[in-house]
Amino acid sequence: MKRLLAAALSSCALALAAAPALAQDVTITNARLVIGDGSEPIANGTVVVRGGSVVYAGPAGGAPSAGETVDAAGAWVTPGLFATVTTLGLADVSAVGESNDITARSAPFSAALDAAAIINPASQHILVHRAAGITRAATTTLPSGSIFAGQGALIDLDGDGQAVMQPRAFQMVALGEGGAELAGGSRVAAHVLLRAALREAEALVGRTGTPQTTEIARGDDLFLGRFDAEALVPVVTGRQKLYVAAERAADIRAVLAIKRDFPRLDLVLVGASEGWLVADAIAAAGVPVIANGLTDLPESFEQLGATQSNAGRLARAGVKVAINAGSLQDPRRLQQVAGNLVALTRVPGASGMSWGAAFAAISSVPAEISGLGGKAGVLKPGALGDVVIWDGDPLEVGSVPTRVYIGGVKQDLTNHQTRLRDRYLDLDESDRPKAFDW
Amino acid sequence: MTPHTPRRARWGALVMLAGALALSLGAGALEAREKDKKKGKDAADTPTLVAKKEAEGVFPSTYRPYPGIATAIRGATIFDGRGGQIDNGVVFMSGGKIVAVGGPDTPIPADIAVLDGTGKFVTPGIIDIHSHLGDYPTPAVQAHSDGNEATSPTTPEVWAEHSVWPQDPGFTRALANGGVTALQILPGSANLMGGRSVTLKNVPARTVQGMKFPGAPYGFKMACGENPKRVYGGKGRMPSTRMGNFAVNRSTWLAAIDYANNKEAKRDLAKETLVGVLKGEILVHNHCYRADEMALVLDMAKEMGYKVSTFHHAVEAYKIGDLLRENDVCSAIWADWYGFKMESYDGILENAAFLQREGACVVIHSDDANDIQRLNQEARKAQKAGQRLGIDIPDGVAIQWITYNPAKAMGIAEMTGSLEPGKMADVVLWNGHPLSVYSRPEKVWIDGALMFDATNPKLRPVSDFELGQPGEGDVK
Repeated sequence: MKRLLAAALSSCALALAAAPALAQDVTITNARLVIGDGSEPIANGTVVVRGGSVVYAGPAGGAPSAGETVDAAGAWVTPGLFATVTTLGLADVSAVGESNDITARSAPFSAALDAAAIINPASQHILVHRAAGITRAATTTLPSGSIFAGQGALIDLDGDGQAVMQPRAFQMVALGEGGAELAGGSRVAAHVLLRAALREAEALVGRTGTPQTTEIARGDDLFLGRFDAEALVPVVTGRQKLYVAAERAADIRAVLAIKRDFPRLDLVLVGASEGWLVADAIAAAGVPVIANGLTDLPESFEQLGATQSNAGRLARAGVKVAINAGSLQDPRRLQQVAGNLVALTRVPGASGMSWGAAFAAISSVPAEISGLGGKAGVLKPGALGDVVIWDGDPLEVGSVPTRVYIGGVKQDLTNHQTRLRDRYLDLDESDRPKAFDW
Repeated sequence: MTPHTPRRARWGALVMLAGALALSLGAGALEAREKDKKKGKDAADTPTLVAKKEAEGVFPSTYRPYPGIATAIRGATIFDGRGGQIDNGVVFMSGGKIVAVGGPDTPIPADIAVLDGTGKFVTPGIIDIHSHLGDYPTPAVQAHSDGNEATSPTTPEVWAEHSVWPQDPGFTRALANGGVTALQILPGSANLMGGRSVTLKNVPARTVQGMKFPGAPYGFKMACGENPKRVYGGKGRMPSTRMGNFAVNRSTWLAAIDYANNKEAKRDLAKETLVGVLKGEILVHNHCYRADEMALVLDMAKEMGYKVSTFHHAVEAYKIGDLLRENDVCSAIWADWYGFKMESYDGILENAAFLQREGACVVIHSDDANDIQRLNQEARKAQKAGQRLGIDIPDGVAIQWITYNPAKAMGIAEMTGSLEPGKMADVVLWNGHPLSVYSRPEKVWIDGALMFDATNPKLRPVSDFELGQPGEGDVK
């Protein structure tokens, strides 16, 4: 409903300025307030949301007031978490093929795939993750038929019928072992394919729609078609971010080297298990990293150096680091990963993050990497009114939100799981079967 | 050159090798054979060829506890694994065993090492009832994929220990980050009957026998539901449905019962395992998600005369907590996995808590090389979900879910799983509350030997695989 206004805007534009129709003005007082920008929590803080946006977040003294006042009674109050890179809204049950739109192995398209077209805002996964305090996410199809994943979208989790905030926010490409397999069997082939694809895209700059580019195919395998090449035009011109999945130190160096040939690329590294081994080079290139949070096993030969200290070491070297929700069992484990990064500060020889920095790695930093700096994952004037009140330390396992606002709208936190919970609060069927208990 | 040429060449080499072997036997060997032939004329001297029976000890454990020093931890908060908590307590271990556990006045000898545990916590070693470490090791390359003999829907004859690669780096992470001191390695769940499990001490060894938990009974892996019918139905063979799953299972049990009753039967590895289950010597660990299927399995077990020790994954166990309590079956579950396959669609955070409410046995398991490093955190999630609803789950009980309860379900609770005098000194000293995300193991003892010390960079195991590689000996 709140997207009625948004729909009037260009499909590419952020719907940030649009005041949600149902947004309530609210003032949350007596909060243990987390800004989300890396700073440490503020005791007795106040957040004021007006017209769907944050107008104040800070110490109680001097705070304005608006709308309903909610006394947090000392509870933790934070910005909504930002989950990246996810597949939220793209599958009901991942192992049930017909419900799963995450990959399209047999499709003739790769880079042209556009997740925004089909994201299901009513997905149970969206409802479950909203109840876990995640209010915005980057969601994308994954590489399957080619090294290109397709174009990911930025979404909100308010379930109002229009999840997409920004379609085609980024393109993702797999290099390393995953890309090698998809490119026909080697990293070498993956690099040639990426460069060739970017050259095709360069040839199409300013001529979008002209059916002139050469497809890249082998037998029945189409690695890049005309529509895929067109989809890479905003990538090669730097208007759309290119997320590159790579793990090994050498692969990361190779990614950074691509920028020498295509200087306008706006690169983001995803995964980067061995990033700590080349942290200085990543920092010097100014490339942010969406890092696997706690990966510490040599899962593959490209992750031999994996360690939980990776994110902390990258951050210490000056790299902008967010946590990769795609590396987790579920994105709702982001809080657990961040908590573990704090735990590492107490382990001799390990590198972790301060509480504030770890929280930022699952809120403002992934939002900034997604192009929503100052808008999502942070409580600052002008930011989206995404506010979460928690029943405990939000980085501690087991803590859950008691209240979630998205764009100033108070969210319903029920879902399939909470309904099952309520039905099975007891096993009493003395009067009627459980099927009547709803 | 055809593509077959190299293979022929290789065969050629083998033939040559065989010839060389025959030559090397030489004259002496030939004489010996003649001698044997003559001997053979005397029937009484003919040796009867016979394989050792399992009861005589096959693939026996060669694990021996490493040396430790008598140690007491004083001033720590102790969770004893049986649900209890002792503040400002004392744990005293010596000779590889727990000697005493108690309050601040617990007497300890004067001449032993005493650690100040102030502000720290002590638990029994963490136990994972569901792991595939070694069978599905890292690096997870195809050459290492040894966890599922997915060539027949029933393979009771396979033993997980014969696939365990002791150099799996995953063992070391489970120790250092998870405080895991014992774990059960199960075959995968493609098969209705996947084979025998093996219980290991999480002590590095050159051989799997060197890790085998002395005296632990074998487990038997079974699987319900989607996996077997998908894997075999997909190959155009039975089972392709859930009713097919049960039909194949029941036929296999009936054949095993016939075998057990037939004194003339030739040895059959598959049926030996099944008979071990029917006799109660081997414990059934049944992968099963849905409540209705678990209820059917319980009836099949009654029909055939065996007992299910534990349902694994048991995502819907909360729907039948009463039934599980009445049948004395444990549920080994995740805290928060849900929705990745159809039979996990009804997963909820309150599963463990609702089982606890009914008085049924709860075990938190990993089934994962990452989650095994954080079973304490998973237990906390499950505990908190119950506490939010007012279900009483003390911290000591949440710790019991990852210590004593798995030990009980694995048949090793007489030896480990709790801090009680006479038991193995499998002990973790945590640098904070073990149910907090902010805490990690500081020291881990197994049979009283210090196997991990976060404060000593050399006191952590590094597998052969990791030597000379990036990050060797890193904190991980």
